[in-house]
This record gives sequence, structure tokens and C-alpha cells, in this order.
Amino acid sequence: MLRLLILLCLAALPLRAEEVVLGLSADEVAITANFDGSELLVFGAVKREGPILDEPLEVIVTIAGPSAPLTVRRKEKKLGIWVNTDSVEVKEAPSFYAVATTGPLKEVLAQIEDLRHRISIPKAIRLVGASPNVSNPQSFSQAVIRIRKKNRSYQLLEGAVALDQQTLFRTSIQLPSNLTEGDYATRIFLTRNGYVVSEFETKIDVRKVGLERWLYNLSREQPMIYGLMSLAIAIAAGWGAAAAFQMLRRG
Amino acid sequence: MQIYLPIAEVSVNAFLLLGLGGLVGVLSGMFGVGGGFLMTPLLFFIGIPPAVAVATEANQIVASSFSGVLAHLRRKTVDLRMGTVLLIGGLIGAAMGVVVFNYLKSLGQVDLLVKLCYVVFLGIIGGMMFIESLNAIRNTRSGKAPKRKKHNWIHGLPLKMRFRTSGLYISVIPPLVVGVCVGVLAAIMGVGGGFIMVPAMIYLLGMPTKVVVGTSLFQIIFVTGFTTMLHATTNYTVDVALAVLLLIGGVIGAQVGTRIGTKLPAEQLRILLALMVLVVCFKLALDLLIMPSELYSIGAGGGH
Repeated sequence: MLRLLILLCLAALPLRAEEVVLGLSADEVAITANFDGSELLVFGAVKREGPILDEPLEVIVTIAGPSAPLTVRRKEKKLGIWVNTDSVEVKEAPSFYAVATTGPLKEVLAQIEDLRHRISIPKAIRLVGASPNVSNPQSFSQAVIRIRKKNRSYQLLEGAVALDQQTLFRTSIQLPSNLTEGDYATRIFLTRNGYVVSEFETKIDVRKVGLERWLYNLSREQPMIYGLMSLAIAIAAGWGAAAAFQMLRRG
Repeated sequence: MQIYLPIAEVSVNAFLLLGLGGLVGVLSGMFGVGGGFLMTPLLFFIGIPPAVAVATEANQIVASSFSGVLAHLRRKTVDLRMGTVLLIGGLIGAAMGVVVFNYLKSLGQVDLLVKLCYVVFLGIIGGMMFIESLNAIRNTRSGKAPKRKKHNWIHGLPLKMRFRTSGLYISVIPPLVVGVCVGVLAAIMGVGGGFIMVPAMIYLLGMPTKVVVGTSLFQIIFVTGFTTMLHATTNYTVDVALAVLLLIGGVIGAQVGTRIGTKLPAEQLRILLALMVLVVCFKLALDLLIMPSELYSIGAGGGH
């Protein structure tokens, strides 16, 4: 069955005239104790059978971190003080999302293709149907984008992809230091006239390693031991400082 | 130097954390407060997720309080008997407080209640202490003898106990009640409760200021230790890397603070604590009254 599927896929391939051959500066990012963000280089070439078409080719690169549901709350003034009133559940929002393109997103991507592939930042966030008594539910997802753009978790990098001879492309994306671990889906789209002509998908593995990994695992798997260890460290440090100061005073 | 925190999942400057720990540690040693009511908002400010900040802060307070208590024990300014009585009341109160907290959570708006609690309690306690210590300073300047402990209805209660370090011979009922009340508030407000406990011991129980600090710290160790275990086992939000950085600064700060504290006259110590409490109260009140620059906030999903 699987073989058959692969065969079918192979058979379908020649229909696509252009294909992406991708390179990544790293296909995994290791979060160590002194991790302070990382620069990711995405580069590649367009492989084609026939001659280059007249219509210019455009490239879109997206990287999406693991998605999680969110609650967004809005404050309102009640009795003179600012309190949280309305809230909206966001079903899925990536913890990190970057879109890099060769030109303005509106020009390189048609609206309908954006809807299909969920490429632009607003399309990458999924709202749950807000309760009818919440006014202006769209403003909640806009707020998520605004807040996350501010701390560089969401990035729209228009014109950041360099494309040479309609064949070689490259871009660099800055991963922030507040990275959550998981699979970071990386997608490359080739578009012509705003329509996607080819698509390529891979993933970057972002993982904690070493001490970070060990502490994280311990806190989830042996919370009792982890808690006692934290307390033991605290008591030892408190005692150590008291003893050291006592010696300083005497000596 | 940047450090990636494994549980908080953010990268922060290690020296900033050491400095913050040290600053709060000095205050902790000086006044016998855990410093949670100062540290937690500061951690929010540098981008630590609130749940991690609250839980890790409890762990850090264990260290600085323990360091402070050892310094006070050496000076014999810890009333262990009074501390134990307060602690028994405190744990009962904390258990009751958790029940109240969960009930309020089911009603929603628990954040607002916590903030209002802070503003009201910090305002009342800070204001009262400020006026009282100002009067005390004025009285000593003009040469009037300070009023000594009055005999009132509290001294008529049964179950009397001798607290030698504090120089008191009173019923165990008032300290127990104080312990329970502070425990309830501490659980609701998510702090050790030192800033409520210290004034309560001075003004309600009539303990000497010097003994109050050490005794309060003694009590805080157990309350925050209990809180740390609770957070570590139920919410997995204690970040040991963050705690270590904070507590290295904290324990050193606590030692320095204890030494400053014993050199300062009691009235000045109280007036400083009162001012600090009032500043935090003012800041929290402003947050509630002034329109925030960002009306929306993002929280973890699914929780209701």
C-alpha cells in the first residue's frame, strides 16, 4: 500500500516543473545552559526540467514553532479600576512564527493561496468561535500578533529572501532566546503570479540538551525528588552563606 | 552572561538575577520579610512567566530566610517557642486559605482580588507603622518615655505560656489566631506573609522589634518550604536554575541585611519598612487606576 502511494507520488512528480532543493545551516537547535538565541540559515535551489518561464518566480519561507492553545483577556475600566473582563480562547497559536519573502507578501501570494496554506501571520492563528457577548472578537487575535511581534516571537520579513537567477535563494532567520522546544515546521513555497507552484516541507528539531534536559525531565518525572532537591539546595546555600560570613567576621 | 532557564524557557542575564536576589536578600535580613511581595513583580517585569516566578520565589525565600535565621540564632534573637506557635496557626491558616482561593478561582477574578488584597493590606499596615514609628521617634527626641506594654483583655485569656526570649507571659490564643489569619492571607496572596506577620507581632502581641525579625524568618522557612513542594509536585513550575541564581545573591544579601538591621535603632528600622511597604502599595494602586498601555494579555489556554 505504502509502496503504491510512493509510486503514485513519483508518477505525479513530473507534472511539477519546478522543485525545491533545500539546505539548512542546522536541522537541529540544541538549547544549552547559555543559549541566547540562534541564527538559522535557510538556502537552496530551484530544480527545473524545462527552461525558465518569463513570469518572475517568488520564494516564501515560513518557520513555525509548536502550537498551543491560549486565553486572551481584555481589560476594561469598571468602578474606576482596570479589570479583566472579556476573554477569548485561541485554539492554536504557534509559539514562534516567521515568514520571509522575496517581496511584499500581498504581491507574492494570492489571498486564496494564503487561505489554503495558512501562510501569513493572521492565518496561522486559529480563533475558537468567541461567545456572542464579546464585542469585536477579531481584536483578540490582533492583540496576540501585536504582543508577539513586539517580543520578536512573530516576524514578518518581507524582502528578506534573496533570489539569484530565479534559481538560488537564501535567507537568515533570527530565532529568539525564549524558544520553546519541539518540532519547528519549515516550509518553502515557490509562487508565480501569487499562485503556489511548488511546496517543500521539513522540520527543525529544537531540543534542550545536557543539564537543561536533565532538570526538565526530573521536574516532570520525579517532581517529589525535584522539589526536595530544590529545598536541599536552598537550605545548603543559606547555611553556607551564614557559615562563610561567620568565618569572615572571626578571621 | 545569558542563562537559559530550563523550566521558565526563557534566557535571562545571570548578573541581573544575582543583583535582584542580593537586593531582596538585604531587605529580607533587615526586616524579616521574605521579600516575595517585591521579588515576584520584579520577575514578571524581566519576562519570567508568572506561575514560574511565584513558585521559584518561594524556593528562593527558603534559602534567604534560613541564612537570616542562622545569623539571628547566633544573636539569640529568635523566639523558637513563639515561632512554633505561630507556625502551627500558620499551617492551619494556609490550608484554609487554599480552600478559599480555589473557591474564588471558580468565581473568576481571583487576580483582581489578590491585587486589591495587596493594596488594602499594604496600605493599612504601611500607614499605621509609618505614623506609629514617627511618633516613637518624636517621643524619644523630646525625652518622653515610650509607653510600655499595657495590660488589656488579651492578658486575661487562659492557657498562658512563658515566651522567655520575647519577655512575654501571655495566652497562646492570640499568637495562634495571628498565625491562622496570616496563613489564610499568605495562601491567597501567594507570599510568605512576613510583611503582615512582622507588624502583627509588634503591635498585636507586643513583641520587641529585635526578636520579631528572627522569629518571623523562622516561621517563613516552613511556610515557603511547604509552598515550594506544593508547586513542584502539582504545577511543575519551580525552576531550580532560576532559584540558584536568585538565592546566591539572596543568602549573601540576607547576611548583609541582618548586620545592617542590628545596627539601626528599632524605630528607624520600622519607619524604613513602613516606607517600603507604602511604595509597593502605591505602585500596585497606580496599576489598577491608570489605563494600561496594552489592554490585552495572553495566558495559558484551557484553564477555566
